[in-house]
Amino acid sequence: MKDKIFKGTLFLSATFILLLASGIIYALVSQSMGAFQHFGFFEFISSSDWNPREGQEKYGALSFIVGTLSTSILALLFCLPFSFPVALFTGEYFKGTKLASFVGAVVGLLAGIPSIVYGLWGFYTLRPLIVSLQLSEQGFGILTASLVLAIMIIPYASSLSSEFISMVPNDLKEAAYSLGATRMEVVGAVSIPVAGSGILASYILALGRALGETMAVTMLIGNTNSIPSGLSDTGNTMASIIANQFGEAHGLKLESLFAIGLLLFLITALINFVANLVKKTF
Amino acid sequence: MRKFGGILILALLACACTQNAKEGDVSSVAISGAGATFPLPYYNIIFKNFTKEMGNKLTYGGIGSGGGIRSLKDKTVDFGATDAFLSEQEMKEMSAAILHIPTCMGAVVLAYNLTDLPTLNLNGSVISGIFLGDIKVWNDPQIAALNPSLSLPNKTITPVYRSDGSGTTHVFSDYLSKVSPRWAEIMGVGKSLKWPVGIAAKGNPGVAGTVLQTEGAIGYVGSEYALSLKIANAKVENASGNYIEANTESISAAADIDLPSDMRTSISNSSNEKAYPISCFTWILIYKDQYYNGRTKAQAQALTNLMDYILSEDAQSLASKVHYSPLSIQALQNAKDLLKQVSYNELPITSNLQ
Repeated sequence: MKDKIFKGTLFLSATFILLLASGIIYALVSQSMGAFQHFGFFEFISSSDWNPREGQEKYGALSFIVGTLSTSILALLFCLPFSFPVALFTGEYFKGTKLASFVGAVVGLLAGIPSIVYGLWGFYTLRPLIVSLQLSEQGFGILTASLVLAIMIIPYASSLSSEFISMVPNDLKEAAYSLGATRMEVVGAVSIPVAGSGILASYILALGRALGETMAVTMLIGNTNSIPSGLSDTGNTMASIIANQFGEAHGLKLESLFAIGLLLFLITALINFVANLVKKTF
Repeated sequence: MRKFGGILILALLACACTQNAKEGDVSSVAISGAGATFPLPYYNIIFKNFTKEMGNKLTYGGIGSGGGIRSLKDKTVDFGATDAFLSEQEMKEMSAAILHIPTCMGAVVLAYNLTDLPTLNLNGSVISGIFLGDIKVWNDPQIAALNPSLSLPNKTITPVYRSDGSGTTHVFSDYLSKVSPRWAEIMGVGKSLKWPVGIAAKGNPGVAGTVLQTEGAIGYVGSEYALSLKIANAKVENASGNYIEANTESISAAADIDLPSDMRTSISNSSNEKAYPISCFTWILIYKDQYYNGRTKAQAQALTNLMDYILSEDAQSLASKVHYSPLSIQALQNAKDLLKQVSYNELPITSNLQ
């Protein structure tokens, strides 16, 4: 009897989550239909026009899609040279030492810093630095936003991949050592290939986090609603345009913001799907 | 059903009568409002004073002018607050007649960041040129012509505007549309616009912070924010050709002109020669007849008291303390006349404040 109740409770909780998820998706789809019907789906995602002027209203998502993808992918590239060595440091070379657990804790601390604090740091510290290096006229833009994003996603990428690297069976590594392999050869030929799919998964998770990041990016990207022409140019992201404009939005504009929300959800889902596919194939 | 309705109305009337009989009941009524964020610091102060004096609990949600109008339309609040008066179309969409009671005044100032330049003169066409991207550097001849005594740097201008929809943007673009035909044609008036150049930041703090951190930047900021932080801001040429600094007096002066009796008017580019040209009213919206949705007379009375208090000398004199401007004499008179039109089931209601 008790077992049945337990099973029933589990079933209920699981169904509730399913209902909640489908409810959110339903709300997103139903609220954004107006924008897709008015502009057409392909026109909406391929137009970079964002004109809220009454009578000439025209909304397109392309500049925000480009902004989101470029900042996220750049952030992933920028974080690689830091997150990967940290993962090897804590998961392989200094595994189990006090130093490794200290470094791990500090990296974990980075994940705990709220996004607005990263934004502040970027605004008052990183931005003047970028101006003084003459990388950009006023310091806002894709580059600044990507750099801060990169630091924000390092803990996500490194702690998980370190976990996977440390989980590589000792038997395999010892077999390689017994054949006379050096430590570096073991890492290159055994640890990384064995943990490969896990490492990939952790970077996908980090990318997912970068795609949805709002506050810090809003403070640093410049919030201009057009396609950025280069690294030092300003732009806007999908999450950031929603955060900025939902307050006074109504009608077609609100529907367009919902549509962007739906697209962001679809992009994240697609990336997860591709990641799973890659993980299975290799 | 009809019978039931009749009983309900009778019950309400009875209720209203008993509440009216006892003075104490008015003070126990809670008043709620929602809307514009621009006057929020001012409202916080005067609402607190009103609660202290009259005992009514007051809640105000700073959810933006659009939200305030929507809430009043849905009748979920006693009053809405807005920085932009309702258009004829919007007035028609409300279920009953509403009144626009102005509560205080503010302005939009042009904050700039240029080292060693404590003063700067600008006019409408130059401001429009800067924000349209036609004027790109600070030593442009058009700016130099307005500032013959200054040595302007050869520095790129970075215009900063609001990334979120805002009444500040509305007031700013309303002024520029009046003084620059080119602006009216390309940009128009709105709470958010399609900007050709510059960078955007969220809220007054975002724009002000960005300007302060960026050499060569210029941005438009609500006067209540800019004046309280003493951010360097430009003198703007008004309709009489005078360069005016934004302060309590020059902003109030903008409404020292003939005003329409319903107070639905924009006072930017005011004809008063002492007026700062980018000035504005902020309004509280209430239903003219307070007998709706089963409201009691006590509720109507409490709201009338509140409105009367806002127009009192006490409340108005507090405005400048938090860097807003009090209503001009003319505006105050019109507002008081408007308040006399408030009724409850078509019977006039007068404030019992004094």
